[in-house]
Amino acid sequence: MTTTTKSVAPASAYKPDSEGRLLEVDDLYVEFHTAEGIAKAINGVSFDLRQGETLAILGESGSGKSVTAQAIMGILDMPPAVIPSGAIRYCGEDLLTMPEEQRRKARGPEISIIFQDALSSLNPTFPVGWQIGEMFRQHRGMNRSDAYAQAVRLMERVAIPAAKERVKSYPHQFSGGMRQRIMIAMAIALDPAVLIADEPTTALDVTVQAQIMALLAELQDERQMGLILITHDLGVVADVADRAAVMYAGRIVAKADIEDLYARPAHPYTRGLLESIPRLDQKGQTLAAIGGLPPNLTRIPPGCTFNPRCRMSQDICREQEPDLLPIAGQMSRCHFAEEVLNG
Amino acid sequence: MSEPIAAGFSPGATDDVDEARSLSQDAWRSLRKSTMFWVSVGLIGVFVLMAIWPSLFTQTDPTFGDINNVRAKPNADAWFGTDTQGYDIFARTIYGARASIIVGLAASLTTLLLGGVIGVLAGFYGGWLDALFSRVTDIFYAIPLILGGILFMASFPNGANSNYFVVVGKVVLVLTVFGWTTIARLMRSSVLQVKPNEYVLAARALGASPWRIIKSHILPNALAPAIVVATINLGVFIVVEATLSFLGIGLTPPAISWGVAISDALVAVRTYPHILLFPSLFLSLAVLAFILLGDAVRDAFDPKSR
Amino acid sequence: MADVILKADDLVKHYPIKGGVLRTTVGHVKAVDGVSFELHRGETLGIVGESGCGKSTLGRVLMRLEEPTAGTVNFDGIDMFSQSGSAMRKLRRDIQIVFQDPYTSLNPRKTVGDIVAEPFEIHPDVVPKGGRKKAVQELLALVGLNPEHINRYPHQFSGGQRQRIGIARGIALRPKVLICDEPVSALDVSVQAQVINLMEKLQDELGLSYIFIAHDLSVVRHISDRVGVMYLGRMVELGTEEEIYQRPTHPYTQALLSAVPVPDPTMRGKREQIVLTGDVPSPANPPKGCRFHTRCFKAQERCSVDDPELMDRPDGVAAHRSACHYAEPRVIVETVDVSALAPDPRFATTDVVDHDAFSDDGGLLPADAASMAERSHASGESEGPMDRPHDITRVVDNDPSEKRDPTN
Repeated sequence: MTTTTKSVAPASAYKPDSEGRLLEVDDLYVEFHTAEGIAKAINGVSFDLRQGETLAILGESGSGKSVTAQAIMGILDMPPAVIPSGAIRYCGEDLLTMPEEQRRKARGPEISIIFQDALSSLNPTFPVGWQIGEMFRQHRGMNRSDAYAQAVRLMERVAIPAAKERVKSYPHQFSGGMRQRIMIAMAIALDPAVLIADEPTTALDVTVQAQIMALLAELQDERQMGLILITHDLGVVADVADRAAVMYAGRIVAKADIEDLYARPAHPYTRGLLESIPRLDQKGQTLAAIGGLPPNLTRIPPGCTFNPRCRMSQDICREQEPDLLPIAGQMSRCHFAEEVLNG
Repeated sequence: MSEPIAAGFSPGATDDVDEARSLSQDAWRSLRKSTMFWVSVGLIGVFVLMAIWPSLFTQTDPTFGDINNVRAKPNADAWFGTDTQGYDIFARTIYGARASIIVGLAASLTTLLLGGVIGVLAGFYGGWLDALFSRVTDIFYAIPLILGGILFMASFPNGANSNYFVVVGKVVLVLTVFGWTTIARLMRSSVLQVKPNEYVLAARALGASPWRIIKSHILPNALAPAIVVATINLGVFIVVEATLSFLGIGLTPPAISWGVAISDALVAVRTYPHILLFPSLFLSLAVLAFILLGDAVRDAFDPKSR
Repeated sequence: MADVILKADDLVKHYPIKGGVLRTTVGHVKAVDGVSFELHRGETLGIVGESGCGKSTLGRVLMRLEEPTAGTVNFDGIDMFSQSGSAMRKLRRDIQIVFQDPYTSLNPRKTVGDIVAEPFEIHPDVVPKGGRKKAVQELLALVGLNPEHINRYPHQFSGGQRQRIGIARGIALRPKVLICDEPVSALDVSVQAQVINLMEKLQDELGLSYIFIAHDLSVVRHISDRVGVMYLGRMVELGTEEEIYQRPTHPYTQALLSAVPVPDPTMRGKREQIVLTGDVPSPANPPKGCRFHTRCFKAQERCSVDDPELMDRPDGVAAHRSACHYAEPRVIVETVDVSALAPDPRFATTDVVDHDAFSDDGGLLPADAASMAERSHASGESEGPMDRPHDITRVVDNDPSEKRDPTN
């Protein structure tokens, strides 16, 4: 925890807009063209992210939360993925219409990502220091020894003990938590303004998860990064996020400040999720489940996507898809948001 | 890294409200609907018929060489022409099916059995048995199939009037002895992949016998690659038979086989390519038919491909 | 509760590490290194710990899927590890396992009917051949699945449904003890709750005892009556759910509890967090003395030499077993008793039937598991191991009004 250098970053050409917005995802659609048909993975997702803010994207598997992250990073495999419409604006510039070369240059110094599985995200055949240093060689044209020095500095920053000695070790020589730290070191190497963390602690034990989340929070604070935390863990979100967007079947069904989301949920799905998690600080809890399954993305039901599982569902829910509308300072995609909020 | 999109696909409704079925019944149901299966079965049927009953296809005597009419182009009398000895190529190709089909099928089956059993035992039981089998496999693997064949056939040459089936049997034997190793290695590694699966542990936890575990859990899940390789091997074996015959130590004239015909044809390949073309064409068709069959069977036994 | 059904005594499982040219044994991974506990009839014993603590190995040794290096397990008066052949096979009816991964725990090439019927084929005397299909369908109904789906293959089911199939296989022989190795950790939250509820329901109805192995402390708290905390092959603390969660005395338990995030943003920054430094040492070379001393915030000199015993130590109210020289209670989580609160039925349900399995082809609803259990008690089910399994069919056959033939 010694060197808190923001050091070598050259001034970025990108500046957040007047309202401090770094990233703006606007009505994004992503489809996967598969043998089984067109899977509509993301259907009109919009959100924004400000400097120094932590936005959580909450969802279960298949909800489209990771696809959103990959679309922002521009690392979706296209095909099978297709982006029929929408915009992802970084400091006002649309990343989707940007020339690939320019976008590639933004990956790293502007927006970067850490994945769940640090072992498969690191190349097993190169020393970790070399891999961290690669960022500097690629983007800053540094020579080998300077890049290594930077790698050591970053490894120290993410609190890897004996960084100098271990800079030439290979990924398999580190524990899971240490590998995730290395991934974080790579992600923050070029001082990105936006960091996307895609299930960063899902593969880790709780004690290590606590360490990693603490490290992320500290780095964010120090660099005023915008952090997008993608997770399914309501506990982690409650601990670190400022705002959260809940995704279901490729849509954002609820968006709220973090206290509101837990204390006054305005969507039956959020409400159901909160009922279904066992809590460490409660005893004698009756668990209740939402029941059923998320819809097949190739055959999304008409009306509200959540209606087949929703216990409040009425005729209107089966016929008309609700919009994401504001209610009491939050956003909810439910015809009966008010009832949910007050109930 | 990427979110499993497939998780969002829920199972489609299928017709399953009738009697309980087994995997083989299901496999047969899906095979019946597969064109690839019927095409390959049709082709194989024709070849097998040729092998059993060649006179059904041609009245010409394949051993009659018309020395006045050698290297004839295909014509109305001799549909595929005649070869360098004046033999009718059509007749010889038909009669040649027997040796090739027997050798190919028999050698594939025996290698699958021998290699399969050794691979499964080595992979399943591990320990010293695995060490022993693996070393033996390595030793045999180190001997090239052709070289082994030459050594064997040269050591036990065919007599002038050896029984046809003894000659063919000898070729099958040599192909088995030197050809089982690929299957054994493959089986061993796929058994090792299947064995740690929790459904195998669950069966053990229920007290299932090793034989039951192998039969109903290991084999069905480990066999697919071996079936594919066995069908590919079938072509290889027919070709090796041809090679041995070409070298004069496999099947020897007057025995007739595609291999013998191909090796004979090589003499005149530049000037009279049709002599080579027809036996090779039949050989390729036969191999293709078996590979198609192997693919169809493998797919049918994988519920996920349906 | 004093009725002990399973007692493990000083269980040890070491795996040899082979090395060098001659593949000689150069060391041992001490996956389980002296674990003792007892399981009472009808209770759930949670085993928690982080990856590599040996909890899964413990489960497999208890199932005798792995032979222990040392130690004994006494199962209902029988020394489990001295049984062999048919005696062991018979014992296996009474102790079964549910695995973690719903994707690898079911043979992809077998139909659900075959998978759930396998226990009956291995133990053919349990249910006569003619009654097996019916027994399988009963089981599927019992775990809340559509009994008509016996001809489907595992890949046609969702993760939660697959886990139910695994549970059906596990309870087919009506075991007394079910070992659950991370049964819900691969499932999404909204599905997880339903499977947990199902397991609790089955426990009540079938009188099962669970050993519930998991890394999720919240889930374990919810389902367990007693909890054992493992670290590096040892049990470091063992007590009732209340003792472990409300007055833990072992520093490792305390750190573990403090690291679990609570889904309540108002608690942010208010909870005491004990951040452990360093990594879990390798089980091939565990530290001398107390195994936790390298990461412990309370470690003294004594801890690096003197291995503390797992024994009753005062916890402020009474005493429970803890393996720390300096054991003292510390409140980590402020516990709220919410047993009076019922979930709002408009948003979630405590129903354990998987309605999704019935929706797409309009199948019949399964018998309610509770009413089935009532009938099984009414039909004179005793605790005797010999006649229990037959009840599965008897329940159905004796009551024609409940006879459901899915083919019509």
